[in-house]
Formats: sequence, structure tokens, C-alpha cells
Amino acid sequence: MPAPIRLRELIRTIRTARTQAEEREMIQKECAAIRSSFREEDNTYRCRNVAKLLYMHMLGYPAHFGQLECLKLIASQKFTDKRIGYLGAMLLLDERQDVHLLMTNCIKNDLNHSTQYVQGLALCTLGCMGSSEMCRDLAGEVEKLLKTSNSYLRKKAALCAVHVIRKVPELMEMFLPATKNLLSEKNHGVLHTSVVLLTEMCERSPDMLSHFRKLVPQLVRILKNLIMSGYSPEHDVSGISDPFLQVRILRLLRILGKGDDDSSEAMNDILAQVATNTETSKNVGNAILYETVLTIMDIKSESGLRVLAINILGRFLLNNDKNIRYVALTSLLKTVQTDHNAVQRHRSTIVDCLKDLDVSIKRRAMELSFALVNGNNIRGMMKELLYFLDSCDPDFKADCASGIFLAAEKYAPSKRWHIDTIMRVLTTAGSYVRDDSVPNLIQLITNSVEMHAYTVQRLYKALLDDISQQPLVQVASWCIGEYGDLLVSGQCEEEEPIQVSEDEVLDVLEGLLVSNLSTPVTRGYSLTAIMKLSTRFSSLNRIKKVVSIYGSSIDVELQQRAVEYNALFKKYDHMRPALLERMPIMEKTIFSGDGIFTVCLWSVFPVLQANDLLDLLGGNDVVPIIQTTVPTKPASAGGELLDLLGDLSLTVIPPMTAYNKNGLIIEFTFERSNPNPNIAVITIHATNSTEADMTEFVFQAAVPKVCSFPSCILINLLFMSWCIGT
Amino acid sequence: MIKAILIFNNHGKPRLIRFYQYFAEDMQQQIIRETFHLVSKRDDNVCNFLEGGSLIGGSDYKLIYRHYATLYFVFCVDSSESELGILDLIQVFVETLDKCFENVCELDLIFHMDKVHYILQEVVMGGMVLETNMNEIVAQVELQNRMEKSEVNQVI
Repeated sequence: MPAPIRLRELIRTIRTARTQAEEREMIQKECAAIRSSFREEDNTYRCRNVAKLLYMHMLGYPAHFGQLECLKLIASQKFTDKRIGYLGAMLLLDERQDVHLLMTNCIKNDLNHSTQYVQGLALCTLGCMGSSEMCRDLAGEVEKLLKTSNSYLRKKAALCAVHVIRKVPELMEMFLPATKNLLSEKNHGVLHTSVVLLTEMCERSPDMLSHFRKLVPQLVRILKNLIMSGYSPEHDVSGISDPFLQVRILRLLRILGKGDDDSSEAMNDILAQVATNTETSKNVGNAILYETVLTIMDIKSESGLRVLAINILGRFLLNNDKNIRYVALTSLLKTVQTDHNAVQRHRSTIVDCLKDLDVSIKRRAMELSFALVNGNNIRGMMKELLYFLDSCDPDFKADCASGIFLAAEKYAPSKRWHIDTIMRVLTTAGSYVRDDSVPNLIQLITNSVEMHAYTVQRLYKALLDDISQQPLVQVASWCIGEYGDLLVSGQCEEEEPIQVSEDEVLDVLEGLLVSNLSTPVTRGYSLTAIMKLSTRFSSLNRIKKVVSIYGSSIDVELQQRAVEYNALFKKYDHMRPALLERMPIMEKTIFSGDGIFTVCLWSVFPVLQANDLLDLLGGNDVVPIIQTTVPTKPASAGGELLDLLGDLSLTVIPPMTAYNKNGLIIEFTFERSNPNPNIAVITIHATNSTEADMTEFVFQAAVPKVCSFPSCILINLLFMSWCIGT
Repeated sequence: MIKAILIFNNHGKPRLIRFYQYFAEDMQQQIIRETFHLVSKRDDNVCNFLEGGSLIGGSDYKLIYRHYATLYFVFCVDSSESELGILDLIQVFVETLDKCFENVCELDLIFHMDKVHYILQEVVMGGMVLETNMNEIVAQVELQNRMEKSEVNQVI
């Protein structure tokens, strides 16, 4: 049997392959050779074969048959074998395979090996892919190595300990004694990994956090030495002494100082020093400054220091380096909630970043801009954001549009401005707005009564230009259907009224119905709009004709609508005006935390379980009505519903006061419906006996599942009587 | 924590892949393809940070990459790592490779994949930064290579 080819030979061969198929063939051939070599238990060349297997694994070919071979290599005495064996274990094995547990004993032996590099390999493997069982077994060994004086092993043991803690958090206590003098090490590698270990422990356990707070002075001292020590060639990176360690320490200080006055006090000076003395011409200096700023913002620092930090971020924003600008925007986003005013000062720079070419920076700037919008700057900011919406990538448009809608809703200075802004968004990014924006917009337009004429006119003009953006078309057709009479009569106060005839309007709406660009939903909107115009326009014949044509449309939804409208014309013409009259103002249910009185309605149906309903509503000032004394009949299989109603007909329930608190009185009255005694009518009277107005009154009716058929319960909400009654 | 380290060339061919979190084999290849797709689209004058792709997933992940001649070095990290710090780390790693291979080029990485892994092992362990001192790393790698050579052995 000839010796298996060397790794580099294999690589060379594979590189000559001109097609994917050729490469696959070569690899399969080699895999077959490797497999037979494994079967022959060839000890000499096993390392070579596994190395080749790892290469093929990187290219994406299956290599699982080498897993056991890796274990054999680990058990070998040769360093070469161990090295490639451990690498193979880390790349091919993980805790999901049962074989990995076989490694435990090998690793244990290697952790006690005489050669430090073998110990290092074992620590590395355990720290990368050790499962919880392995960690539990070997934690003691790791803890021993954490106390050794060999810095090479000590730093690896520290990171291995981090992995152990992640896998088995209960073992954290075990490593506590070993951490005692970790920070007095001189070796920077050990210091670095020790800080990582301490950080992990502090993040996981509040007890550890308070325990380690006493280390703050020591950390501050180490940091000071790093800054003041002058040039040290071994740790120097671009003129700064061990920036990685500085950053790590700053991060740990951040965790220790958060929420704690004393620790924050102790770090104030050193933070100010780092912030003012760090050289910013190279990336390393900026990395340290960035970390310092984040630390200052997180701990309880004095206000002067905070202002310094935000100004540093502001300087970062003006930096030519894109990376710096990116991290500055990211950190400003984090701090905008807490230090809003300070960040506002940099608003113009942030808005300029919207025009940057870099996609990542643009996204960050957009998020930050939305966070900075308030009542004072809404007009200016909106101009910038709309301009941004025009020119940004399609990926952004949906988020930007939603953000603009939200901001406009919160801070709109006037209704006209609000509607103009929405129109602008619909016309520039119409196809990217979210689906729920159409009903929201319709509701907004309905509520701005004085703007109806202006709105419908603008929407009509927009439709004339472009019918491809569905949300815009839907809103427009809805509005034309509602306010077509205003459009035709030319009564617009805000703008120059346009001359439009009924036929022109119907042309546009019919155009939408036949256009290929319209989705079925849009077609539904326009058909309904045409129908509504039958009560507002005089050209009835044309509308009747359109409606009857669509009675045979292929689209089932359209067909149904057309047939029903046809029926309206033919048999129910007397109802048509009432059905198609103007929509009333729709109240949006705004769920604010306070001020919701939820009244639970379930006493009439004694079969219910009280608790289920209360669970449904989540109990915000829920006032359950006390059960009445209606006797329960055993539930019969089919006619449960009738039985329930049947109960009611047996007794008459007296009226009751369900709620009487803070001036709000809610009364229930029960009676049988007159034509049909099987129907119970429950009337709820809510009375406001105070002199002030009660706002945000939300009516929620909880209905048991049994009674969810519409035939069973008709809730007739008479708003008017609520508003007038005092 | 560093979730993954990927090195691939301008055509997307992987030169080194190291995942510090479990992913199935086909998932790994998919991640490489997706990362290459995201990173190769970038201009040279934009920032080196990308929000992670959907596969390596979650909102906490970022791709931090550097483009050196024909190779992309991509580190996929979560929010516990400093972005600028990782950029410096990539630089340290590349300079270490340069010292170990004497003017490193793509071919060195191609033919000595195992050696690159060993060097990386001295820099990052279990997804965390182990050592950042270039000379220290090079010295340790050198000693281990010498140990390998001293054994009477078949060369890999």
C-alpha cells in the first residue's frame, strides 16, 4: 500500500480541477483512499489523512467518518498527532455527537501532561467545545491550572473557566478563590483573560458583582500605569500601550460602576484622564475613547464628564473615517433616551449623515433621526426625512415610511400638514408602506372633517398621475367614494378648486377596475367607491351598468360585491341612501395604561367559568358582576345555546349597578326582547356624574366561546347617548 | 463573543472557516455563501461593519470585516465585543500571519490551512480573545512547530 499523498499534493490536485464535478470526483477518490487507510489502522499516516479530511471539510464535503480517528490521534503520544487530533475534534465534533465524551479521559490526562503545549491544546479544546458533562468532570483541573505560575497556561485556563461557567453556571463559586490574585499578574495576556473571566462572573451573578466591586481601585491603578508608563515595545500598538487591555478594563469598570455611587466616584478621574489624553489619530486611540465614552454614559458620572463624553461623540461624527462615524451613531442611539438634550445639539450633523453613501451609516442615522424628532423640530426634520425617503434604498423605505407616519401622528403641527406629509409618503414610497397604514390613514382622514375637500382633491390629482402604488390608490378610491360630492362641487378652501365632472371621476374609478396594475383588494375598494357615489352623484345609470357587469366577474370577491350592490338597486333601493351615507367619525381604541375600565359581562350565562374570562381580559380594573341566581340546567349535547337562552326566559333578572366609583356609574338592565322572547336584551348605562369629562372610555365585551356566533349576541353600541348623558 | 471567523477570497472560496458556535455542516456552507454575498457587494470606501445576515442570525450579531488584496477577513461578533477593537484584532492577526509566513499571501493560506488554524488558536480561544501581543503569539507558534519537527515523524 503506497503512502497516502501529502496534504499539499491533495490541495494542488484539487486546484487543477476545472469544474465542480471534477473536484467532487477527485475528492471522492481521495476519501475512498482515506477510508481504507483508516480501516487498516495505519498509525503512521493517520495525522496526514485527518489533515486532508479537514481540508475537504472546509470545502464543504462530509467528513464525519474521521471523528473517531481524531480521538485516536488525541490519545497518541506524539505532539504532531495530538495537535491535528485536537484541531479535528474542534472542527468536526460537538456535544451533539456521543463520541465526544470519549475525549474526556484524554483531555484529563493531557491537562496534567509534562509539556505545557499539550496542556495548552487540552485547555483550548475543552474551552471551545466542552459539553456540560465534560466541564463538570474537568472543572477541578482547570481550577488548578488557573493558579499556576506559568502565564501561558494561566491565560488559557482563564478563558477555559469562562466556557465552563457558561456551560455549568453552578460551578462559578469554584473559581472564586483562584481569582484572588489574578490582577496582580504582570503578564498582559493573563491580565487580559483574567479581566474577561471577571467580566463574565460579574455579568452572571449580582453577588459576584458586589464582591468584585472592591477591585475597582486595583483596576484603576492598572489602567493608570498603562497610560502613564510611556513607551513599552512589547505591548505597543501604534504608540498606545496595550489598547486591547485598556478597552477590556474600561468595559469591566463600566459593569462595576453601573448603579453604584462609590465605584463611579473612584473611576471619575481616570475616565477623564483617558478621555482627554488619548491620541485620536489612529484607530486604536479611537477604540479606547469609544469605550471610555460608553463607560461614562453607563455609570453614575458627574454631569461635566457626561457632557465631555457626548462632545467626544460629536467629534467622532465629524471624523472622516466611516468606522468612527458608525460607532458614534451607534452610541448616540444608545444614549439618546437618557441624555436627549445633549444629543439634540448634534442634530444637524446627524441629519447630514442621512446623505452619506454608506448603507450602514444611513440606517443608523435614520434610526437616530427618528429618536430625535420632537414637537419643536418636526417641520425641519420631516423635510429632511422626506427627502431621505425619496432617495434611499428600497430596503429602508418601509421602515422610513412607518417611522414618518409615527412621528407625524405624534407631533403634527396641523391637520393639513399631517395630510400633506402622508400624501407625500404615499406618492414617493407608496408601494413600501405597511398594510396597516391604509386603514390608519382612512381613519385619520375621516376624523379631519374640515380637510375632506382638500384631501379628496389632492388624492384625485395623485390618481391622475399614477395608479401603480396600491396603498395610495386604495386610500384615494375610498376617499373619492366618500367625498366625491365635495370633489365635483369644487368647494375647496385650502387650495385652488379643480373642475371635475362626475363622468371624469367615474372614468378614473372604472380605470382602476380594469387596470392590470390593480390588485384584487384595490379593485374591491374601487367598486365599493363607485357604488357609494350612486347616492352622491346623479349619473345612476352609468353606475348601475358598471355594477351589473361585475356581477359575472371571475374574481369571487368582486362578483359577490357586485351582486349584492345589484340587489340593492333592484330590491332594496329604499335602503340604499341610508346604507351608503357618510361614515361617522371612528374612534380609535388607544390603549393607555391608566384609564381603562373594563366591565366584564358574563353573569347572564351561568354555565361559564368566571376565571376564564378574567384571564382573557388581564384584569385592568376589572369589575366582575356577581353571579345571578339563575339555576343551571345540565348542558345537553346539541342545544346548549338554546338551553342558555332558555334559562333566561324562566326568570327575570332585576337591574343592577355593576360599578360605582370615582363618579362613573355603570348600570345593567335586563329584559326580554318584545317580538322574540328567546332574545335577551342587556342594556348598559354608563353615567358620568362628575363635572369633568371622562376620556378614553373603552368598551370591551368578553364573550364566552360557546356564544361567539353572531346570531347569539348583537352588540348595539349607541355612542350618542353616552356622550350626551351627564 | 466571537461567533465565527471566516477567511475567503474575492470569489468566495473559503480559505479558513472557524465557528465557535455549533452549526450543521450545510448551514456552515450557507453562512459562508451568504456572508460572501453581503461583503463582496460593499464598496471600498464604506465602513467595515455590517449588520449580520439572517442565517448567522439574531439582532445581536455584526459582521466586522477587512479586505486585504485578494482576501476578506470576516469576524462575526455579538455586542459584547468592541467593534473598533475587533478591527484592530484583525490587523494583529494578519500581521502575525505575515511574521509567521514571511510576507504572507493567499497561497500560504491555501497550502498551510492547518498552520493558520494553529496560529489562530493562539489569538482566539473559544470565541474570546486570548492574546494580542504579536511577538508572544509568534514565539509560541514557533516553539510548537519546533516540537513537531523534533519528533521522528511523517510530515503532514
